[in-house]
Amino acid sequence: MLRLAPLLIIALLVIPVTAGLGMVLLPAFGYLPVLGSEQANLSAWQMLFAQPGLGRSVAVSFASGLASTALALLIVVLFLAASQGTWLDRSLRRLVSPLLAIPHAAVAFGFAFLIAPSGLMARFISPWLSGWESPPDALIVNDPWGLALTFGLVLKEAPFLLLMSLAALPQLQAEQRLRLARSLGYAPTLAWLKVVLPSLYPLIRLPVYAVIAYATSVVDMALILGPRLPPTLSVSILGWFNDPDITRRFMASAAAVLQLGVTLAALLSWWLLEQLSRRLSHRWLTNGDRQRGEALFTVTGRAGLTLASLAALAALVGLGLFSVAGFWRFPELLPQSFTFDHWQRSADMLAGPLVNTALIALLSTGLAAVLVVATLENEQRQQLHPTRSLWLLYLPLLVPQIAFLYGLVVAAERLGIRPQLALVVAGHLLFVLPYVYLSLAEAYRRLDPRWLYIAQSLGVSRRRAFWRVRLPLMIAPLLTAVAVGLAVSIGQYLPTQLLGAGRVSTVTTEAVALASGGNRRLIGVWALVQAGLPLVGFMAAVALPRWLGAPRRAPLNVQRQG
Amino acid sequence: MNNAANALTLEQVRIHLAGRPLLHVDATVAPGDVLTVMGPSGSGKSTLLAFIAGFLQSTFTAQGQVRLGDTDVLRLPAEQRGVGLLFQDPLLFPHLSVGGNLRFGLPHRSPQKSAQVAKALDQIGLAGFEARDPATLSGGQQARVALMRLLLSQPRAVLLDEPFSKLDTALRQEMRTLVFGQLREAGLPALLVTHDEDDATAAGGQIIALG
Repeated sequence: MLRLAPLLIIALLVIPVTAGLGMVLLPAFGYLPVLGSEQANLSAWQMLFAQPGLGRSVAVSFASGLASTALALLIVVLFLAASQGTWLDRSLRRLVSPLLAIPHAAVAFGFAFLIAPSGLMARFISPWLSGWESPPDALIVNDPWGLALTFGLVLKEAPFLLLMSLAALPQLQAEQRLRLARSLGYAPTLAWLKVVLPSLYPLIRLPVYAVIAYATSVVDMALILGPRLPPTLSVSILGWFNDPDITRRFMASAAAVLQLGVTLAALLSWWLLEQLSRRLSHRWLTNGDRQRGEALFTVTGRAGLTLASLAALAALVGLGLFSVAGFWRFPELLPQSFTFDHWQRSADMLAGPLVNTALIALLSTGLAAVLVVATLENEQRQQLHPTRSLWLLYLPLLVPQIAFLYGLVVAAERLGIRPQLALVVAGHLLFVLPYVYLSLAEAYRRLDPRWLYIAQSLGVSRRRAFWRVRLPLMIAPLLTAVAVGLAVSIGQYLPTQLLGAGRVSTVTTEAVALASGGNRRLIGVWALVQAGLPLVGFMAAVALPRWLGAPRRAPLNVQRQG
Repeated sequence: MNNAANALTLEQVRIHLAGRPLLHVDATVAPGDVLTVMGPSGSGKSTLLAFIAGFLQSTFTAQGQVRLGDTDVLRLPAEQRGVGLLFQDPLLFPHLSVGGNLRFGLPHRSPQKSAQVAKALDQIGLAGFEARDPATLSGGQQARVALMRLLLSQPRAVLLDEPFSKLDTALRQEMRTLVFGQLREAGLPALLVTHDEDDATAAGGQIIALG
């Protein structure tokens, strides 16, 4: 049984992605028997390239994806370099999981409320600094260059990259390296950049690639923050797939293939940038310079992530304010009156989507947790080495969602499976599984094997040792992984929308649907509910082990040293 | 007590790492005796213990026989070998109380478990400590509880992996006396790996040097 788990995981991740890609590739070249087309042709591509503004859509997708990733990585790297062991470091580390748990759509709405012409930032500086008595007439949110989208993406990507880096750092003995470099006379921030970063980057390369793939093809954030005419490529594709004119589906499939190309091009550009910076930094690493740039790196490093975290927090506060705002004249920082009307009016509508959201999240995370624990337990028992198949886990994160999910719907329909809740759960599993695995694997492997040796030498079988020793010792990381899984599921927009054919509504799909309406009070309510749900999961993950009487402080020797 | 029937026999045990010979041991440990294996780190001391206890990593290959009395232990899964382990860390399960850790050691169908636990705690001067969280115990107290947990499981042999190296000098002497005394009293053959000459002297048995 246990031996089947890794195969099952790989099959669950690889088959849907390849089937989905296949069912997008075929129609892109004119083959879709359901619609009576069996002749290969290029008409879909001719139609696609005749679309007005296509070049601009492609350019915005490509540029916002690359720029946001670069900015987020820069912020995270400089922060880690500049803040090792400081008070700032400890407080932001505590913030990172909750920030990461907030769904993309909620962050996007909050950020929009922050930077809009009548948003919190404009109110903060008006009228005393800006002189504005009424909101300035400027297109800030949905700007044609995708800048709002880029910065919104940074707010979500920076916590992700920070968490991935923090998970990788213990393998590097960063403390010792740093002490060594400092004893050789290197200033702290430069020391980190010169002796830790070069070893850290290879460990977070896959997460960085996943971020690029996500950012170049994101739909929900682009719907909220991205340009409108034309929108990003991914948003255009979603529109064409949903077009009542069925012949447009061929064009949508061609565009999905184009999206795949855009993401690949972005990944390739990034790879070239990596090679270039490796060449350029080689001299810098060994030139013996111990001081130059220290102050600049330190200041930007601390300021960057602090600003990003403050922006994310302010975005949440903004959501809260709008959700209870009554009358709110422009330059006033706070509403003149508060009301719970919006909450009361939304309460009835919230119930159904809330139940769906919870059901989908619990089912997909539960399945994922069982599969992941079975795989890791099998790996431990067979003494397997984990690294080879890791990139397969990233497959659903590296292929743009929009490029294979629609094909997956078509493939499922060919098998006679109609869009429904079960299909949505299966779709969420594609994205929940990798994250649950990634957040649990390291802790699972690092558990000191002597705990289990002791148990077995006391006469307990391996099966019983798993239940009586392994699981109780792993309860905290396991619950954290479950919380991560719930958060990932709660935040999914596209899989729910496509695999549920719009009939399965969750808090996220409903919230994103409000974007076009522009009723900020209502958006505030829904986005806040959406943001709050994953936090409930994380709080439970912290509280449950204590309530269950698990060790309050992890004993130092639970984990293998180094 | 019949010595031959309960001795720990290592017959022509050879362990290889990636084809390279690591160690070769041929010895018999009588009940109540301690065989000390000494050697620098990397000489394969702990690997020998992992082999006997049933936790050898798949990167190692081993030949030879390990017998407890007439039983060929290598054919048994680790949990049925009756080979107890004591490490330098006491490794008391943090999710169980002190009493819970001792009960974990007791065989499933032992009679009067509470009484046995209470008696064991009394023997090491920790009477009434059943409900305590192991993390609140001192290093020496934890080491003693780990020893009692091991003895309550009624092993047929005991393997000691540098069990005293993390204790301070005064405590180390006390623990040596306690551990070796208890093992002798229980009539268990024991195998100690260490790099500390004093451990070997205190064990008072045969010494094999590796590396």
